[in-house]
Amino acid sequence: MVKINGEEWNLADKTVAEYLAENGYDIKRVAVELNGDILPKSQYESALLQEGDCVEIVSFVGGG
Amino acid sequence: MTKEEWLLALEQRHGAKLQQKFLSSCVAVCGLGGLGSNVAISLARAGMGTLLLIDFDRVDISNLHRQQYKVSQLGMCKTDAMKQTLAEINPYCNVITHTVKLTEGNLSLIADCDIVCECFDDAECKSMLVNGIAERYPEKYIVASSGMSGLHTGNTIMTRKLGKRLYICGDGMNDVADDGTLFAPRVMLCAAHQANTALRIIAGKLEV
Repeated sequence: MVKINGEEWNLADKTVAEYLAENGYDIKRVAVELNGDILPKSQYESALLQEGDCVEIVSFVGGG
Repeated sequence: MTKEEWLLALEQRHGAKLQQKFLSSCVAVCGLGGLGSNVAISLARAGMGTLLLIDFDRVDISNLHRQQYKVSQLGMCKTDAMKQTLAEINPYCNVITHTVKLTEGNLSLIADCDIVCECFDDAECKSMLVNGIAERYPEKYIVASSGMSGLHTGNTIMTRKLGKRLYICGDGMNDVADDGTLFAPRVMLCAAHQANTALRIIAGKLEV
């Protein structure tokens, strides 16, 4: 299981980029934390989600 | 007001040890709109040693409903206007300004600061800055913002922590594109969370 924003997901060898695309995230607006560190955007395509991973995804909204 | 009088007043309120930490810190405020203008004023009041102000824009009539500028400052660069205002609040704060648009190409402008406050209004710019700093300057703390538009309850504005060095203030969901506008108090609530988080980081209180 992979924990994403507090929810458990059964994801087998999916990349972060695939997960984001399938769940409607706009890559230009997000920040992704993987196991305590911010994952560089250049690694979204190659980073495979693995059993036990803990992921937090923030999708920024406008205003300031 | 002499520097000695000013310092004594702050030390009496914050304690000499904490005040020394504030004085030796540098915080970058990226974007000087509704968030950044309020963050900068709060941090200057606390006696921050150095503030780095970055914004490319000029003060416009449409800013007056929520940003900390005055009619007399219309047309001025926000960096210059805020520097002027801060000088009246804390003349002993070292205020460094860069009147440019902060992009991936000039992130080195913030190289000397300890904490980066992301105070932009555009969601893609927020993401660019947070990701850019995390990648190039992983030792820095980032205090970002997301969700403070509309006339929604103030009770949903909060601070979250992601990983070890990223904090995100706001309600996380209300987009100005949907709400149509921003109101000063709710933007100030978010800015207050950001400034409070920056002060807490300097004080060594790293949890939210």
